[in-house]
Amino acid sequence: MAKMRTRNHRVVLNRSAGGDAGITFMLSIFGVFMFFPMYYVVVQSLKPLDELFMFPPRLYVVNPTFANFGDLFVLMSDSWVPFSRYIFNTVFITICGTLGNLVFASMAAYSLAKLRFPGRNAIFQIIVMSLMFHSTVNQVTHFIILSAFSWIDTYLSIIVPSMATTMGLYLMKQFMETSVPDTVLESARLDGASEFRTFLIIAMPMVKPAWLTLMIECFKTLWNSGSSIYVHSEELKTFHYAINQIVTGGIARSGAGAAATVVMMSVPIIVFVLNQSQIIETMGSSGMKD
Amino acid sequence: MSEELQSDVLNDVKNAEAPVAEETPVAAEAEAEVKLPDYVEHEPRPEMTKWQWTWNEIKKNKTAYFMVAPFLLLFIVFTVIPVFLSILLSFTDFNMLQMPHWKGVSNYARLFLDDEIFLLACKNTLIFACITGPVSYILSLLIAWFINELPPKLRAVVTLVFYAPSISGQVYLVWKTLFSSDSYGWVNATLINLGLTSEAILWFEDAQYVMGLCIVVALWTSLGTAFLSFIAGFQTIDRSMYEAAAVDGIKNRWQELWYITLPTMRPQLMFGAVLSITNSFGFGAVVTNLCGFPSVDYAAHTIMHHLDDYGGQRYEIGYASAIAVILFIIMFASNILIKKALSKVGE
Repeated sequence: MAKMRTRNHRVVLNRSAGGDAGITFMLSIFGVFMFFPMYYVVVQSLKPLDELFMFPPRLYVVNPTFANFGDLFVLMSDSWVPFSRYIFNTVFITICGTLGNLVFASMAAYSLAKLRFPGRNAIFQIIVMSLMFHSTVNQVTHFIILSAFSWIDTYLSIIVPSMATTMGLYLMKQFMETSVPDTVLESARLDGASEFRTFLIIAMPMVKPAWLTLMIECFKTLWNSGSSIYVHSEELKTFHYAINQIVTGGIARSGAGAAATVVMMSVPIIVFVLNQSQIIETMGSSGMKD
Repeated sequence: MSEELQSDVLNDVKNAEAPVAEETPVAAEAEAEVKLPDYVEHEPRPEMTKWQWTWNEIKKNKTAYFMVAPFLLLFIVFTVIPVFLSILLSFTDFNMLQMPHWKGVSNYARLFLDDEIFLLACKNTLIFACITGPVSYILSLLIAWFINELPPKLRAVVTLVFYAPSISGQVYLVWKTLFSSDSYGWVNATLINLGLTSEAILWFEDAQYVMGLCIVVALWTSLGTAFLSFIAGFQTIDRSMYEAAAVDGIKNRWQELWYITLPTMRPQLMFGAVLSITNSFGFGAVVTNLCGFPSVDYAAHTIMHHLDDYGGQRYEIGYASAIAVILFIIMFASNILIKKALSKVGE
């Protein structure tokens, strides 16, 4: 007979104290493995110079300082092109790519999820197939196509392909199917709204978690995009690329590298923390039916 | 204006649903049960040719096509065409400068008969993928399952701890600091302190460590979208199912996981598997950034690196395309195999 006990006025079934302890133990081990490197970067970035070159290296800071972040700004100010240019590039590419992806993918997602027309299944199948391979496989032929458009070494070579990212479309289509009832759309149509208006005014507000998730997926990729092989002018390169030069340069240990890493990682982490519940909600419908 | 319309619509729904449900509850239920077919094909009328009929269908659904078109166009140009172009070019000797010449299967013959580094890369890729793929998949699932037992606030924090490495870009470079090849690296310093080694180990320059380290780092960054999908999947499962199961004789949480949780989550498992496979073959950049290119003695040289070498640096596009095609085939084959295996979960 299954053991039963109550916790918080809810019936908790099939839970033994030993099992709980085991799970907590496993979770802590994995947790330390995941968390330790992140923690180490942050500690490194706060260490003053004498602590950085201490043997053996300490896992904590005695005299925390923001000097490394100051050094980072000094390093930034004597970069090849003004550092603000790198930041502008990243912001510009991220905004254009994300908005483009949001507009195109959500229109397509609505059409695939809620409208019925010949070919819609085939289109969706092909999109699902594209999730099955890593996009870098296409890198070589991408180059040929981009050069045919003469887009090599322009912003377009990064922005336009990113608008056709399939992950966001997939998540949004799945979410629309489960959370936008057909009856609501039907009565909007009866009220004389055009299909496009129905999409914009009825469906879109209902899938806010999905478009947040889509934007974050896209943001994550673009923010973390380093040196693209399609861009070689220094003034078109991204913040990530410039920071990476600092991190991988011979001064990695000097603390500025750690400071740079902290700056780079804090942005996506903050974005995720602010939207965690919405993202999880969207992921609830991410399943793939066979 | 927009809000007006929305509230109008919501009212309409309420008004429309209520009376129907009262009058013919059985009929309404039955109607809801019937799953609409993907598309009802009307018989083409005899006086119309097939093309006219197709054209009519397109005209009838023009909004739908109009809304898919922009995305589809970009998708075709940047994903579908590149795949077919790769296949086509893999039979030629294209080098970006001269017109391509047809060479039959000689690129493939060269790959498997003449290119020892490619065979080494194949071996490395398979080792890499066969470890990182399943381990990261099972780890994602187990950790998501553990996390699901936590109270909501703690759950959010723990989720962040596990998910953060995968979204933080190149933060994995910190492993290079930890495993730095001089005695200032934390790992070397600790080993020296404990007396386990007398001099610093050259972690990323030693062929016997490179592969293992890259696998560890790859695993560290691998709790990504699939992991979130699992967490969400666990949360959507109806608790009453567990209560019913306990009555039916499910004895412990492992049985619960196998007989109830996993079968209910099969769609998520499928999605996670696809992403894990994709990622496990795509760790090329991680390896390059950690060990340089080429890695020492090609110890961590993968097919992805080989592709980059011939496509991005030597401009032997024909040959590089053949490599890409092989990689495609491997990825699709593993997807199909895994899908077959997953359909057996909980049976």
